[in-house]
Amino acid sequence: MKEIILNQLNASLPNIQVETSEFKDELTIQVQKKDIVEVCKVLKNDSELKFIHCIDVTAIDWARRKDRFTVVYHLFSLKNKFQLVVKADVDESDCNIDTVSSVWRSANWHEREVYDMYGITFNFHPDLRRMYMPEEFEYHPLRKDFPVLGIPGSLPLPKK
Amino acid sequence: MGLEAKLTQDGFLTTKIDALLAWSRKSSVWPMPMGISCCAIEMMAVGGPKYDIARFGSEVMRFTPRQCDLMIVAGTVTYKMSHVVKKIYDQMPDPKWVIAMGACTSSGGMYRSYPVVQGIDQFLPVDIYLAGCPPRPDNLLNALIQIQEKIGRTKGRDFQNKPLSELNVIQNN
Ligand code: SF4
Repeated sequence: MKEIILNQLNASLPNIQVETSEFKDELTIQVQKKDIVEVCKVLKNDSELKFIHCIDVTAIDWARRKDRFTVVYHLFSLKNKFQLVVKADVDESDCNIDTVSSVWRSANWHEREVYDMYGITFNFHPDLRRMYMPEEFEYHPLRKDFPVLGIPGSLPLPKK
Repeated sequence: MGLEAKLTQDGFLTTKIDALLAWSRKSSVWPMPMGISCCAIEMMAVGGPKYDIARFGSEVMRFTPRQCDLMIVAGTVTYKMSHVVKKIYDQMPDPKWVIAMGACTSSGGMYRSYPVVQGIDQFLPVDIYLAGCPPRPDNLLNALIQIQEKIGRTKGRDFQNKPLSELNVIQNN
């Protein structure tokens, strides 16, 4: 399956860099963040691959690494019964990545959740609002520098 | 029953208005089931035939706050939800009581983290804190009995008419 994916990607997009890694039979491909939409389009629409199910979009905060965040896409191909992980690094100074909600509509809410929890902006997203926290909340709780108990006073309580 | 025996003897009984009011109030406490998460399942069990909250005159769970006397806050109150809980509490007519059911509601419980209010007494006046995660249904009945005892001790002068400004009614535009 790995060869098929890489071949199809190379055939459609000859200019992109793809790194692969494997862990416990799970294949991960790492791409540049500027290529993410193109790669996802091929993964979904290629007749050999057909990763039509976007299971989840999430992120990792590496705290002190140079590229602080990694956005992670979990995809599934019903045709091949194969699960694939796509990763793209995002740096804190340029904390945005293009949205894949044009490819999978289900990515819309997943990306809103990532935006809410990690503060990564998704360019061209149709409706980038917070998912869980109140709209006026200023922080992103799943970042490593956010205290577990929150920042006192940042979430308003009703008057007694 | 005691009451009928008295009535058949002489046809009248003497009591105090305060006592009569408190007795009728405490024997028909209508709960507002503010079931927010898992504790609400135990609250439903209390409504069912095995534990049967009807034995205590509280089977009338009203889903409109305007007809309730007792708010059973059963579940994890997040900061986002706290405004809703408070809004519903404000809509309940006075006099009203609150049971904080379960560890989450009383203290945040196992959710010692940013989204969960660490105890609803930060924004509501709580009468009974109920231990357990979740509390057993008989424990909730115990809380109800204690609320009834508390209501039984009230006097008419505890609930005087207040001017509207003091009631602090939320004004929606
Ligand atoms: S106290 Fe326990 S059972 Fe009750 S809402 Fe919290 S976690 Fe659920």
